[in-house]
Amino acid sequence: MGATVRVQATVNGERRESEVEARTLLVHWLRDELGLTGTHVGCDTSSCGACTLHLNGEAVKGCTVLAVQADGAEVTTIEGMGGEQALHPLQQAFWEQHGLQCGYCTPGMIMAAADLLARNPDPSEHDIRDALAGNLCRCTGYQNIVKAVQVAAARTRGGEGRPAKEEVAV
Amino acid sequence: MGAPGAETAERTEPGGNGFVGQALKRKEDPRLITGRGIFTDDIVLPGMLYAAIVRSPEAHARILSIDTEAAREHPGVEAVFTGEDLADMAAPCPMVWVPPGVEMRVPDHWPLARGKVGYVGQAVAVVVGRSKYGVVDAAEQVVVEYDPLPVVVDPEKALEDGAPIIHEEFGTNKVFEWSLPGGDVEGAFRDAEVVVEKRIVNHRTAGAAIEPRSVLAEWREGKLTLWSATQIPHICRVILSIQLGISEDKIRVVAPEVGGGFGSKLQVYGEEVLACWLARKLDKPVKWTATRSEEMSTTHHGRDQIDYVRIGAKRDGTVTGIHVKIIQDCGSYHLIEGPVIPTFSACVVSGCYDFPAVQTDIVGVFTNKFTTDAIRGAGRPEATHFIELTMDELAKELGMDPLELRRKNFIKEFPNERPHGFIYDSGDYHGTLDRCLEKLDLDGFRREQAELRERGVYRGVGFSTYVEICGLGPSRALGPDGWGMQGGYFESAQVRVHPTGSATVYTGTSPHGQGHETSFAQIAADRLGVTPDVVDVIHGDTNTGPFGKNTYGSRSLAVGGEAIARAAEKVQDKAKRIVAHKLEAAPEDIELVDGKFQVRGSPDKSMTLAEVAGEAYIPGDLPEGMEAGLDEMCFYDPSNFVWPFGAHACITEVDVETGRVDIVRYIAVDDCGPAINPLLIDGQIHGGIVHAVGQALYEQLVYDEEGQLLTGTFVDYALPSAADVPSFETDRTETPSPTNTLGVKGVGEAATIACSPAVVSSVLDALEPLGVTELDMPLTPMRVWQAIQEGGAR
Repeated sequence: MGATVRVQATVNGERRESEVEARTLLVHWLRDELGLTGTHVGCDTSSCGACTLHLNGEAVKGCTVLAVQADGAEVTTIEGMGGEQALHPLQQAFWEQHGLQCGYCTPGMIMAAADLLARNPDPSEHDIRDALAGNLCRCTGYQNIVKAVQVAAARTRGGEGRPAKEEVAV
Repeated sequence: MGAPGAETAERTEPGGNGFVGQALKRKEDPRLITGRGIFTDDIVLPGMLYAAIVRSPEAHARILSIDTEAAREHPGVEAVFTGEDLADMAAPCPMVWVPPGVEMRVPDHWPLARGKVGYVGQAVAVVVGRSKYGVVDAAEQVVVEYDPLPVVVDPEKALEDGAPIIHEEFGTNKVFEWSLPGGDVEGAFRDAEVVVEKRIVNHRTAGAAIEPRSVLAEWREGKLTLWSATQIPHICRVILSIQLGISEDKIRVVAPEVGGGFGSKLQVYGEEVLACWLARKLDKPVKWTATRSEEMSTTHHGRDQIDYVRIGAKRDGTVTGIHVKIIQDCGSYHLIEGPVIPTFSACVVSGCYDFPAVQTDIVGVFTNKFTTDAIRGAGRPEATHFIELTMDELAKELGMDPLELRRKNFIKEFPNERPHGFIYDSGDYHGTLDRCLEKLDLDGFRREQAELRERGVYRGVGFSTYVEICGLGPSRALGPDGWGMQGGYFESAQVRVHPTGSATVYTGTSPHGQGHETSFAQIAADRLGVTPDVVDVIHGDTNTGPFGKNTYGSRSLAVGGEAIARAAEKVQDKAKRIVAHKLEAAPEDIELVDGKFQVRGSPDKSMTLAEVAGEAYIPGDLPEGMEAGLDEMCFYDPSNFVWPFGAHACITEVDVETGRVDIVRYIAVDDCGPAINPLLIDGQIHGGIVHAVGQALYEQLVYDEEGQLLTGTFVDYALPSAADVPSFETDRTETPSPTNTLGVKGVGEAATIACSPAVVSSVLDALEPLGVTELDMPLTPMRVWQAIQEGGAR
């Protein structure tokens, strides 16, 4: 057991704090300490993006950030995007467009897509594919994921549903 | 050896409200899009320990010693075990393919190596402790001394005299030899006026589900529970019982949310057995989750065939026979069924074509690599690949258009018995090809291709017309006295209507992304006269519902869905008898219309399912002799396989300076019978295409001469990303299967089975002016560039 450090962060709008081993990855802190298991781990090399979450409003891979790096930060995970009673436009669009099959990559995909829409509210298919290149899906062939992001983007621009930024969701 | 007769199932009217065929949103999704799906690694039990596994860095070596002392003393470590400690296990991993009359070599494969290792990554010891990170630290302190042995990784070299023998007890690296001839094969090639021959390497790939394998075992009150990321919880329970010597009633296996399988979780892995053994030994729950590197090196691999193909034909293009010799690299040990996989190539060796004679000869080979077993398509993608590319070559040899050659030889009459005994149930091969060409505009493409070539832009088109065998399967054909699989291949269903009229369906299938909770609810809803939202589909838990045979081989709908339809129709029949009794009509006069059981001709006299259920569960006035309740079961064993088919076209562009291949357009026309939910079909097709595009262009498990896996992470093993593929154009024709009452075939593997030859053929077409005539997958820039250099030099 290495040295421990105190980490406090605002996670999905709530202040969370605990003592962790300094080497603890952010994704493990969220999953194992805070019980936020919606963020998944699919690889060891920051390649698959299953662990994508938002750190101070930007998408990061939670397996590539130490928990201590999130000290004092705002963290948003899939659990902070919207629940079954109040889905985020991206969640709604993934559902309607059949943008998921096994669902393992889905939280990371939604977080990466939300990051894209926050920066570019009207992305082309090429923009979407490019923005999601760091998030691997083995089930869907990506087509319906791309469609879902397009639909969510259009709705958000058109004022239907809620904005794609996570502030509203927390 | 062949399939039994294609008996025609009588199609009944579901009599419901038309949910079958609708593109309904999935019932599974709300929990998954909100991060509330519970995957195995998400589960935490009180007092749970973590396991980390010490793996061999050697591909072939004797284990001289294992020093576990430092690891045992590591803080938080509760125990360290090696293969010796597992001496009380009842049996090694059973390999369930025992073909009659075939000598099959099955080395003992234990969860932890005993005395020797045969592949890099083989588990040698396990460390169990309280900290997830701590057990990994401790595992690094286990010191294993190896005496390296000569390594062989090339299956053809492994068959040569003097090759290192991997299992001394056999004296050979040959796993088995198996042959399936049909028709007069010798005569076919004697009478042929043209014979084309090819050697095609279908390289080793990974299933690469994004969720790595994960297991959690608990031993409590003399009973074992295993949560596992598996496609086959019921089969797993049987095998755990055999390997651990624990009776099945004391074992529960749960497949919670499973993050993709693609065949890679159609397995019972050493870690599943080991976690159970540890939980019992230590009397505490034990969890192990693979890292991606462990996943790549020790989750079974797929493909890895070398195919020697010969097709004979007359000058007019009429094919006379096909003969293929398959060298299957099995790796150094088997898991539950690896050696059977290349035999599925043999099942479809005739493709869509009316070959009067076919023969497949298979040699399985041990090499110092990890086990190969079923990966999406399992033997059929390899067959489509070698058939289609060899047909292209034959067309070239004959100076004939490749599509004309295909059409000339398409099978047109169904059911159709092939020379090796299989009976294609139904098909319309011209129909899917016609539809594909309507979308493509081949003449337009050829004009565009010629214009682009003028400007140094190389585009090509390739086709694949395929048929696959799925819906595994008739137990009589596949079972011990037939193909030799030691199991049945029925599927079970239980349809339980509750007292207030909603229903729970228990299925023996075990989905991991396919959407059974939705499509199966649609099937049941139509037969019960309710909506799918009041039909809950339960799966993946051996403590609920009857024994099932789980999900693989595109079997879930054609076998499991049919079982649900039949169980629901039993419920419907009983409901009709109750309604007839209550409304004083004859049971045959009761019909189910728009959610109501009504007397034919008197729609005002009717009952809902809820009213019927009330009668069934408060049985004060049931027909004489009728039991209470509204709960029926079905074990459906199909009379034949089902045979989906289709036509795919791919247009690629090749950058001849760099060798990079881009897919410009992809058209898939598939026929899997009548759609239950078209949304789900499209999803399966999209994913299936990209899986095969991965193999065709990017993915390869590469072992070096020392048996080291060089592509053991997602950095080196290149799964296609969203940026690598375009959107696809999909369409369907619907030719019902006569095998089941739903008329359905299967679609989970179809596109993966179809796609790779279309991609390769399109690249060969693009590079035709440059003299490139052969390319083995994956078509990496390096390989394509080299081929251009060599082709250009000719």
